[in-house]
Amino acid sequence: MNKQRLKAKIIKYFLQSCGSLSIIIILLIFLFLFKEALPFIGSPGLNELFHSIWNPVSFQKEEFGLYPLITGSILVTVLATIIAIPFGIIGAVYISEVATPGEREFLKPFIEILAGIPSVVLGFFGLVVIAPLVKDIFGLNTGLTALTGSILLAFMAIPTIMSISEDAIKSVPSAYKEASLALGASKLETIWKVVVPAALSGIVASVMLGMGRVVGETMTVMMVTGNAPVISMNPFTSVRTMTATIAAEMGEVTFGSHHYMALFWVGIVLMLMTFLLNMVSYRVLKKYGMIDK
Amino acid sequence: MAELFSENNVKVHVREMNFFYGQVQALFNINIDIPEKQVTAFIGPSGCGKSTFLRTLNRMNDIIDGTRIEGKVMIDGSDIYNPMTDVVALRKKVGMIFQKSNPFPKSIFDNIAYGPRLHGVKDKNSLMEIVETCLVKSALWDEVKDRLDKSAMGLSGGQQQRLCIARALAINPDVVLMDEPASALDPKSTLKIEDLVNELKKDYTIIIVTHNMQQAGRVSDYTAFFYEGRLIEYGATGQIFTKPNVKQTEDYITGRFG
Repeated sequence: MNKQRLKAKIIKYFLQSCGSLSIIIILLIFLFLFKEALPFIGSPGLNELFHSIWNPVSFQKEEFGLYPLITGSILVTVLATIIAIPFGIIGAVYISEVATPGEREFLKPFIEILAGIPSVVLGFFGLVVIAPLVKDIFGLNTGLTALTGSILLAFMAIPTIMSISEDAIKSVPSAYKEASLALGASKLETIWKVVVPAALSGIVASVMLGMGRVVGETMTVMMVTGNAPVISMNPFTSVRTMTATIAAEMGEVTFGSHHYMALFWVGIVLMLMTFLLNMVSYRVLKKYGMIDK
Repeated sequence: MAELFSENNVKVHVREMNFFYGQVQALFNINIDIPEKQVTAFIGPSGCGKSTFLRTLNRMNDIIDGTRIEGKVMIDGSDIYNPMTDVVALRKKVGMIFQKSNPFPKSIFDNIAYGPRLHGVKDKNSLMEIVETCLVKSALWDEVKDRLDKSAMGLSGGQQQRLCIARALAINPDVVLMDEPASALDPKSTLKIEDLVNELKKDYTIIIVTHNMQQAGRVSDYTAFFYEGRLIEYGATGQIFTKPNVKQTEDYITGRFG
């Protein structure tokens, strides 16, 4: 009897610790990030981060301004989102409202495959196909621009936007559609004036989750955006994102140097951004009952 | 049937109509004439085909995959299943109220303005006029006139259903189909809807499907009894309820089945 109870208790604790593992890991990551980044506050001081030049390796003056990296990330993310939104939403509308069951069966696996392509492979594709195309079409000196990165990131955001938007559109009560059709609306009018507005919260959440994925993406942007840490909102210039900066520089930085700590600050800013995006989209989804409370 | 009312008053004319959901036949050889500006009730037990028949009249069954219809359904003398028929125009002419009130998650104003906007009314003043007229007609104006910009989802069930009626009237139909419009409502709201039906028949041809025989007796001028996909008996409501000609009708009305 006692042995049995002990066994049950052990199993319970084991399961509990497995379940809370992800929370512990997240907390540890945060802790670790801050621990490594913290000495930066003493020397050279936090205000070093609020600068417009990122030049961490220099014999004259090291500069740790995060602005060019943040603007680079924002530019690439916003562009990618703008490109992905129409494809993602129209695709979702098509799959859930217009496609025949056969077409749906055929299309959905492809969207999942698109979501599963390794980002490095997408980067190859970008270097070989998209970058030359961007260079030729816009007559630029180089194809390695923010726009190139955005196009590729859009490919990654589209599956997320499409599948969550599709769920949202599917959950619109058919009574709304019937009411609209009975008032003499065509199928298209019904979709754009009733179904999509009713599913808007879910669609917005899907876009934010897509953005979360794009902000954090590293490999593709490192390969195709040119990696120039300049402050620019011009899609035809080379930019460098926060993720690419960390990935490119972490390997050769001196452990414990100012540069090393600055990179951890980049990581903190990045994590806060994705955390915020995920939180907001989770809230939106929860508010409209699309995920369990 | 000809003796029920003059031939000039026939609004809906159905002959030898069969209806199928895939392989399953739901309606068998329906023949009926429905008069203009009267209330006609369809009664019968669940699954008897009365709602299916109602939905053939504005081609709402079209949106269900695999349905098929045979025979003739004429409204105002034109065959609505003719390939040349404009379904949008048909549905504009034949409005529908559903069993469960289904206002859009929009404001009260936008709900009613939805139809007119679709059909090209853009001017704000004309829209306001339509909204007011329809809300007055559906006896909802006094209750909502101060909150037209508020969401329709905040209305009570009975108010929502009257809003749906106002919304259907806003496209200025000839015929209004009502699919058990009061079945989800409390008795007080039901009474309001019934009063409304009586009021509306001055201007509209109303066809109402109902489970509730007392309701059919109260609101309708003519009653059709359906059973297992067949039209069993059709006549003036008074006659159907007092001396039905068919045994099945009598059994249903006296509550022996259904």
